[in-house]
Amino acid sequence: MGNTLIQVKGLKKDFHIGEITVHALRGIDLAIEEGEFIAIMGASGSGKSTMLNILGCLDKPSEGSYLLDGVNIGEQNKDELARLRNNKLGFVFQSYNLLPRTTALENVELPLFYNPKVSTKERRERARAALDAVGLADRMHHMPNQLSGGQQQRVAIARSLVNDPRVILADEATGNLDTRTSYEIMALLQDLNDQGKTIIFVTHEADIARFMKRSVIFKDGHIIRKDAVKNRANALELLEALPVENDEI
Amino acid sequence: MNYINAIRIAVNALKRNKFRAFLTMLGIIIGIASVIAMLAIGQGSKKSIQDEMSEMGTNMIFIMPGDGRPGGIRFSRSEMQSMKLEDVEAIRKSCDAVSAVSPVVNASGQVVKGNNNWPTSVYGVNNEYLGIRKYKIASGRNFSDREIKTYAKVCLIGQTIIDNLFPDGESPIGAVIRFDGIPFKVIGVLQEKGENGMGQDQDDLMIAPYTAIQKRVLAITHIQSIFASAASEELNDKAIEQISEAIRTTHKIRTEEEDDFSVRSQSEIVQTFSSISDIMTVLLGAIASISLLVGGIGIMNIMYVSVTERTREIGLRLSVGGREKDILTQFLIESVLLSVFGGLIGIVFGVLASRGVGSLLGWPVAISTTAIGLAFLVCSAIGIFFGWYPARKAAGLNPIDALRYE
Ligand SMILES: Nc1ncnc2c1ncn2[C@@H]1O[C@H](COP(=O)(O)OP(=O)(O)OP(=O)(O)O)[C@@H](O)[C@H]1O
Ligand SMILES: [Mg+2]
Repeated sequence: MGNTLIQVKGLKKDFHIGEITVHALRGIDLAIEEGEFIAIMGASGSGKSTMLNILGCLDKPSEGSYLLDGVNIGEQNKDELARLRNNKLGFVFQSYNLLPRTTALENVELPLFYNPKVSTKERRERARAALDAVGLADRMHHMPNQLSGGQQQRVAIARSLVNDPRVILADEATGNLDTRTSYEIMALLQDLNDQGKTIIFVTHEADIARFMKRSVIFKDGHIIRKDAVKNRANALELLEALPVENDEI
Repeated sequence: MNYINAIRIAVNALKRNKFRAFLTMLGIIIGIASVIAMLAIGQGSKKSIQDEMSEMGTNMIFIMPGDGRPGGIRFSRSEMQSMKLEDVEAIRKSCDAVSAVSPVVNASGQVVKGNNNWPTSVYGVNNEYLGIRKYKIASGRNFSDREIKTYAKVCLIGQTIIDNLFPDGESPIGAVIRFDGIPFKVIGVLQEKGENGMGQDQDDLMIAPYTAIQKRVLAITHIQSIFASAASEELNDKAIEQISEAIRTTHKIRTEEEDDFSVRSQSEIVQTFSSISDIMTVLLGAIASISLLVGGIGIMNIMYVSVTERTREIGLRLSVGGREKDILTQFLIESVLLSVFGGLIGIVFGVLASRGVGSLLGWPVAISTTAIGLAFLVCSAIGIFFGWYPARKAAGLNPIDALRYE
């Protein structure tokens, strides 16, 4: 495969709550190449989110090194980290995190507001294109509360795509959705991955993880297994196989 | 981030909470409106006093007996009999900075004409008095030197007296009216002057030769005060000096002794009144400023609550690439927009309120552009000052802590 996009060595993260120290990550080594679709799995409290937040430059490791696309994250200041998040990373959260009372289009535009190189016109166009890519071209001017959970998550995915990032990071992105909608989201992500996007997806559901290419399993702050996904499922096919819901009930 | 983007972001954020934005602005609206209205009222009264006073003649000087105490007994000014006609003559002779001078004796009483009567004051003066007080003759004539010499019982009357004694509109010229039972022939009518700055009717008076009033009404030989005009406003101080010198000489006051009279100029009085209304303006302004301050604290309060409430939004903005500075600018712009818009609306309301007070209560108001400009600056300053702390708090958040905030 391609170049190494993410290189993590000896990563540790401690949280201090009063006298108690929580060792959330106890020495992680991980390399992720361009074009991968990785599932980060593990029990609750195993450190998945902590790991993803560090990969996403939202949090800093206590120890260890992290190279993102050749940039040593440990050496970056706050503003440089913000620019990295703006240019190279896209986030999808479990709870969507859309701005309330703001149209889908404006929500998607948000990252581009913080990119001085993007003009107003370009911002509009790119946001439209991103919404189009997630199949919400007809919902551009809807407010989040006028959209279903799945649609809101698509808006969030469009937002994570709009700045054309190197990596999309998703934390339990299907956690609030039913099976069908989850599969729809996964179909979308698989499609994006097929187009070359690197995706790191945190989940504790094996059912969701089987759509990815590789899984990394966390336990108590360690990686206990790194496997290629066997019998990778195709979300589109599975969707078609799902029993059609009976609307007439 | 460019500033147009920053403003857009802030405007969008405010639009999402229109009602709250309005409530926040309300504090500033009321604050600014009351500051402007209060200043307009204060300035208005000052200006009208100044206008009235200068209409009465800024180079007017009056000399009154001082509260001297011959033999240790204090007399009131009017009981003092220290002013004499010689003083007037002395001023006329030796003060070249004085252009006109008149003795004044006055009395109040009832004027009667047929079945009508009216309480008024009569001023016994010479024929220079009208010029000193800036009264003009509407019809008829002033009295002559001869009439002064012969104690002639002639008079000029103001419009208020005409209104009350000649209700049917007949010409008062040539008519005989009685003051305290003494008949005076009306030879002239004064042009209307209206009220002065203190609400006194300047048309409620009767003017007659001082000789007539001294002899026939008051039965005195001294005079009560002297009115004079400095040749020009610039000569006021010089005229006052010369007058003091002249009267000290006629009163034979030795250098170490105090004056037994006082010389005041109209411009001094204007200054006194202006400084009184200045104090009033400052007081009104201070009270209004308190409401502005309260409005400012309101903005801070809302911004602070808003920062807490929007912590996750801030986290999201940070996570999609917003820098600390961007968040700071956004919140600062939000609070400046709130206060500036509030200020603009407040200015409109302030001007309307001032006009309203002016036309409904008939108070003099003067809306000064400096007050408006100042109010505007204060608004922006309030926005920055009271927005800074919450904005700082918002910008300093750690992205992940902000995202996780509940
Ligand atoms: N901000 C924090 N302060 C203190 N402790 C924290 C913080 N964030 C995470 N932890 C602790 O670190 C450990 C790992 O948490 P993390 O959120 O990474 O778990 P997770 O694998 O994502 O779990 P889940 O599947 O429930 O989301 C947990 O023990 C948690 O209590
Ligand atoms: Mg988690």
